[in-house]
Amino acid sequence: MELIRTKDLKHEYIKRDENGEETGRVCAVDGVDLSVEAGQFISILGSNGSGKSTLASHLNAILFPTEGTVWVDGMDTKDQSNVWDIRQTAGMVFQNPDNQIIGQIVEEDVGFGPENMGIPTAQIWERVEESLKAVGMWEYRKHSPGRLSGGQKQRVSIAGVIAMHPKCIVMDEPTAMLDPSGRREVIRAARALNDVEKVTVILITHYMDEVIYSDKVFVMDKGKVVMSGTPGEIFTERDKLKQYRLDVPQVTMLAYELRKRGLDIPADVLSSEDLVKELTSRYSI
Amino acid sequence: MTLGQYYQTDSVLHRMDPRVKLTGTIAYIAALFLAGNVWGYLLATIFLIVVIALSKVPIRFMLKGMRSIAFLITLTVVFNLFMTPGDELIAVWKLHITREGLILAVSMAVRLTYLIIGSNIMTLTTTPNALTDGMESLLSPLKVLHAPVHEVAMMMSIALRFIPILMEETDKIMKAQMARGASFDEGGLIMRAKSMVPLLVPLFVSAFRRAGDLALAMEARGYRGGDARTKMKPLHYEMRDYIGYCVLVLLIAAAIVLRIIKLPF
Repeated sequence: MELIRTKDLKHEYIKRDENGEETGRVCAVDGVDLSVEAGQFISILGSNGSGKSTLASHLNAILFPTEGTVWVDGMDTKDQSNVWDIRQTAGMVFQNPDNQIIGQIVEEDVGFGPENMGIPTAQIWERVEESLKAVGMWEYRKHSPGRLSGGQKQRVSIAGVIAMHPKCIVMDEPTAMLDPSGRREVIRAARALNDVEKVTVILITHYMDEVIYSDKVFVMDKGKVVMSGTPGEIFTERDKLKQYRLDVPQVTMLAYELRKRGLDIPADVLSSEDLVKELTSRYSI
Repeated sequence: MTLGQYYQTDSVLHRMDPRVKLTGTIAYIAALFLAGNVWGYLLATIFLIVVIALSKVPIRFMLKGMRSIAFLITLTVVFNLFMTPGDELIAVWKLHITREGLILAVSMAVRLTYLIIGSNIMTLTTTPNALTDGMESLLSPLKVLHAPVHEVAMMMSIALRFIPILMEETDKIMKAQMARGASFDEGGLIMRAKSMVPLLVPLFVSAFRRAGDLALAMEARGYRGGDARTKMKPLHYEMRDYIGYCVLVLLIAAAIVLRIIKLPF
């Protein structure tokens, strides 16, 4: 089933000078056609200024298309009466962990979304419990968010979104401000969500090693989707990626170099475990 | 009233509904100002001692706010002592201390001290969250007059959430500016005020950016004002809260009676 679809989506920002006069327009998203099936883990890759965050904001009805249409679960985002239903269907996790936690205690923050939806008190508690358990933050429920690490804060933010029971979670560079261990925590939580809870995940990122588990990857550059396919397909085109200022994961890079030197291994190696497996199966080391 | 000085322990007063404690603080202040003779102050003293005992909070926490208003108390005492006309007790040079002045000075000092301790007990036994919830609930009749009660309560709780974050940020900016040669504790008053500019400008810019981000995050999670919202932790009265209200009614009644009837002293 198709959950999200964009057709010829365009978004222009109007540049203004100090007096508010229009000085020009920047087309952040330029004719994007996207289709996301329910239950998939999708990654959108792109370097700075590629328009990936602007695209993400359209999926949650935070921004509205200048031209073209976005459908979320069949609802057109341009229709104002759909806005709150869309926000409930497609939850959003933002980049800065500090600026999206509203509650003063972890459990209260997770309860914020359900409270807004008008859910009865007893059910709010059920939802808070299941979502905090889903991201592994249940034992921190009474903590103040200020005392948590960046990765833990992002997991709380994810729990806050899951508590609204969305069909899809859009994560807009959730790991950009985190240290490596925090990044791993968040990606693990996102994957578990997709595997166990069958929630569609759309991960926006510029870290290549975070996309290797996705079902489908879209690469964006200058507002357009320039590549799409499975991670394996994307990473074999190393030269093309370089042109879009993106690097392949280190392991894929190593495999690529080894191949160039004449070793017989596939070009779409994504994880170090895979590489070890490929090498040991072909060569007796 | 200092918010966020909550003292964690388990007592009847801690478990009491915030609305009772808020009403109680106001009732206690009213009782203090109704007191017109020794008996009125005795009532206020007894009530305070009982409440302190019930709260299980160490006395030194109650006295915390006292230092900041010590100046105010001294000022009131001095003015009342020397400026009140009446029967002269002592006269030194041009200063006269009168009987009425002495009584007024002492009673003002007692009132202010009790007032501070009383409101301290409330903030010590109530979490800031419960306090904002209680205020929202108590003021909700004002919604009829289109007063933004929910919005104000939400603003208060967000402010409380962001105070530590902004404090940390202030510290960071201060260090960054000091690393570039700024100094914050030199020179006179004007110099110091001027040195705050490179601290306040970035702090405001970042606070506004945070506010924008937070508003976006709240909207993305379906926040659209207080109307259709439900509560995760709704307030509801228990037996002890009704007893609390009864005690407050008795307190006010006793204060009024003690003021009206004629007693010795």
